[in-house]
Amino acid sequence: MTTGDIDVGDIPHSSDVPAPQTRDRVVIRFAGDSGDGMQLTGDRFTSETATFGNDLSTLPNFPAEIRAPAGTLPGVSSFQLHFANYDIVTPGDRPDVLVAMNPAALKANIGDLPAGGILIVNTDEFTKRNLTKIGYDADPLEDGSLEPYQVHPVAMATLTRGALEETGLSKKDAERAKNMFALGLLSWMYHRPSEGTERFLREKFAKRPELAEANILAFRAGHAYGETTESFAVTYEVAPAKLQPGTYRQITGNTALAYGIVAAGRVTGLPVFLGSYPITPASDILHELSKHKAFNVTTFQAEDEIAGVGAALGASFGGSLGVTTTSGPGVALKSETIGLAVALELPLLIVDVQRGGPSTGLPTKTEQADLLQAMFGRNGEAPLPIIAPRSPGDCFDAAIEAARIAVTYRTPVILLSDGALANGSEPWKVPDASALGTVDPNFATEPNAPDGSDEFWPYLRDADTLARPWAVPGTPGLEHRIGGLEKADGRGSISYEPDNHDRMVRLRAEKIGGIRVPDAEVDDPSGDADVLVVGWGSTFGPIVAGARRVRGMGHKIATLHLRNLNPFPANLGELLRSYRTVLVPEMNLGQLVMLLRARYLVDAQSYTKVSGLPFKAEELQDVFLGYLDGSHPSSGERGPAPQGVDE
Amino acid sequence: MTDQQIAPALGALVDLGLPGIGGLDNVPTAEHPQSAKDFTSDQEVRWCPGCGDYAVLAAVRSFLPTLGIKRENTVFISGIGCSSRFPYYLNTYGMHSIHGRAPTIASGLAITRPDLSVWVVTGDGDALSIGGNHLIHALRRNVNLKILLFNNRIYGLTKGQYSPTSEQGKVTKSTPMGSIDHPFNPISVALGADATFVGRAIDSDRKNLTAVLGAAAAHRGTALVEILQDCPIFNDGSFDVLRKDDKENRLIPLTHGEPIRFGPAAEDGLGTHAVVADGLTLKVVEAASVDPSRILVHDAGNHELAFALSRLSDQDLNHTVTGIFRDVNRSTYDDAARSQVAAAKEKGSADLQSLLNGRDTWTVAG
Repeated sequence: MTTGDIDVGDIPHSSDVPAPQTRDRVVIRFAGDSGDGMQLTGDRFTSETATFGNDLSTLPNFPAEIRAPAGTLPGVSSFQLHFANYDIVTPGDRPDVLVAMNPAALKANIGDLPAGGILIVNTDEFTKRNLTKIGYDADPLEDGSLEPYQVHPVAMATLTRGALEETGLSKKDAERAKNMFALGLLSWMYHRPSEGTERFLREKFAKRPELAEANILAFRAGHAYGETTESFAVTYEVAPAKLQPGTYRQITGNTALAYGIVAAGRVTGLPVFLGSYPITPASDILHELSKHKAFNVTTFQAEDEIAGVGAALGASFGGSLGVTTTSGPGVALKSETIGLAVALELPLLIVDVQRGGPSTGLPTKTEQADLLQAMFGRNGEAPLPIIAPRSPGDCFDAAIEAARIAVTYRTPVILLSDGALANGSEPWKVPDASALGTVDPNFATEPNAPDGSDEFWPYLRDADTLARPWAVPGTPGLEHRIGGLEKADGRGSISYEPDNHDRMVRLRAEKIGGIRVPDAEVDDPSGDADVLVVGWGSTFGPIVAGARRVRGMGHKIATLHLRNLNPFPANLGELLRSYRTVLVPEMNLGQLVMLLRARYLVDAQSYTKVSGLPFKAEELQDVFLGYLDGSHPSSGERGPAPQGVDE
Repeated sequence: MTDQQIAPALGALVDLGLPGIGGLDNVPTAEHPQSAKDFTSDQEVRWCPGCGDYAVLAAVRSFLPTLGIKRENTVFISGIGCSSRFPYYLNTYGMHSIHGRAPTIASGLAITRPDLSVWVVTGDGDALSIGGNHLIHALRRNVNLKILLFNNRIYGLTKGQYSPTSEQGKVTKSTPMGSIDHPFNPISVALGADATFVGRAIDSDRKNLTAVLGAAAAHRGTALVEILQDCPIFNDGSFDVLRKDDKENRLIPLTHGEPIRFGPAAEDGLGTHAVVADGLTLKVVEAASVDPSRILVHDAGNHELAFALSRLSDQDLNHTVTGIFRDVNRSTYDDAARSQVAAAKEKGSADLQSLLNGRDTWTVAG
């Protein structure tokens, strides 16, 4: 899978250390038990890699159970990291290096390691009992089944314990630092800077300095082990990526989303109020925002999902930017309140970090099957705008854009993130905080009755946006009552009049349909592709990577990414109709494609998968090829493995 | 409200949560005297003839001007049900929301706007059935809200099903063989949720209702006021025994610091009946039959006494306690939430660029 293997002989190294080999890109997967600290290990390697200047993309993958029974297959937790010296868009299909901390991690992940791949195994866990527990009849380290791979057996627990002998920690405590040993070893292999990790450990264990030192010792021991043992003959270098000039940091989607909400408060000049209830995979947004009260952010952990959105709506009524964050099951509970917000025509931001469904489904896995829930999941005609970020960093901009629409058009907005974006990370070009623009909430301060009286009509609309005035309590002379009952057009009092209801339903739909969103852009390098691939949300990365692959094989293919899912960009229909074939890959059973077919009467094709994991670039490459050679849908002959293509 | 507009109010609240702070502190006062007319909207009132809601509306319209706060800083939020139409009839800010959720909306509003007097209007079905969870959590948090719980022991707007406060055995449209649900005692529920202010009044008793409302408004924190009322259409005369000739033998009015005596006046001018402790519960006795020192003196600061008093009221209404059961100071959620924001603002810089940069950045040169 790696490309451009060139030995660099001219880098000075001491005679007993072989010169590092260079790689354009590498995919590493750390896999272990839920309690082995694999997510932390992956996070640290990611930070080191980000600091070093590679482009990167990550895929954490962990069970919903906090600690599944130790050593079992359901308890395996992994973290995959793809880093490169150029811009990449996915966390990688298959690992080049697999670190397996126990037999279960090996069994669950070995199928993804290509022949010739590097396998680093913590041999201490390969006891007869552990092997039997997961159904290994023979020890795979000894039965020859791992022959296709470059296997490095390392007694990590033993070595860590040895390195920590002087610390006085118990055997059990000492062994817990073995993930840092693994991190040290991989950091050595890939020439990662280590200062950040040591600083991180000192801060993390500030109250337990002995644990900080133990983890640092284990980290250094792993590093030293790589240097001194003959088992590892080579190290690798991946040069920094040539990204757009600017200041970069590593960021996850949930963090970027939280920062986007903070920034939205700044852009609109409104206090931010988050009403939320803990739910995977959205809770980290609540955690993050609760740290930023200095930015005039109030967080309210409610008694349930309904109270979370209710409080946010109450805050919006009072002139705050009301926000609620949740996942699909939470949106289901909030639906009635979101419908009320549609009727009240107040700004409200609803963040849905999608996970596998239906019901509790796959709490820690990704899916994008809430699109139709966001679009239609309320009683009555209750349209609202929908925005979906395409990458972890894009969550920041999407949050600000969602708030802009909410405040400008006085409407609830649903932002659809997903588990892959939420926990995945990438380098993020830090925006200039002073250049984020402003949105004027334009509060009503004066009576507005068309007859010039001193009355206030809460449903008299702006001619341009169709937005109604936002008069917050405390404004003298504008006292008014709003509610879920149908309102008379303009005046806003209760109305059961048939024609008025018909008019109000249409006005609400017209307002949302008329929201100005940027035109869609097609990426069609050749300018004359026949096939257009349309995606939304986190499938952006795999779709771009798949397209790069088939273009690398000499084919023409166009891609289009939809960030605004309601309303659609005004030019979308025209673009769709200008291609022979429109293909829509989605991590659901065809929700966007249904909307596109219904709305534009195009014979759009669908490719779907709901495995809880993102599409792989290779998988989409094959799908695209099937359409390119006309052998659609499933008989697409797979071309030769692409050489030197990027993903 | 922009950041700048709210900021001064937040600054003034850093030290809140202390006793002696009123429910209307930080709410701007009216420049001129106001009347019931000022609080009356132009909407036609559409309750059934004889509905208890009329009496409560009239009492509230007369009562609000006496608070002396600006009309535009008064907000009524309701759920769903007959009583929840209440906000439409008051010329304040108002929201007629969805079933059971008014306390959540009011909480968000009260937390973010210390300059408002926020009232919730709800019913027995709205507050205790579909909205039961929100009610108890609002009460335990002690958000500065005043909750008026109109209890007519029936679902009126859906045309006559039994409610969570209906008597067991009640025959309604949905219980032709009699209700088998054991009802809630709203006062006990509120006290069980550690409500800091709990009161009860009868719709037709304007004097007591106004007194309880006044004390509720002055209370900083969540105040729950249960208002007993009849639904003339689906539960007519439900509280008649508390309105008719024998009512003084059933109603037990509470006054803080006074002996709990009720009924026809005895020689000492107080009621002939008295409430005394009987082990861990209370019982009603003839005042003359016990040593006066045994007669309980009401203490609105005593949680256990308040709960015991709430248990005197049963489904049969033989004894119904009215007045203020509990009125204590406890730090409020909204004051504490604003204090945290204010403290964070004072302590930390709100430099967005440095937040976005985080700790580890690297630069790619052009």
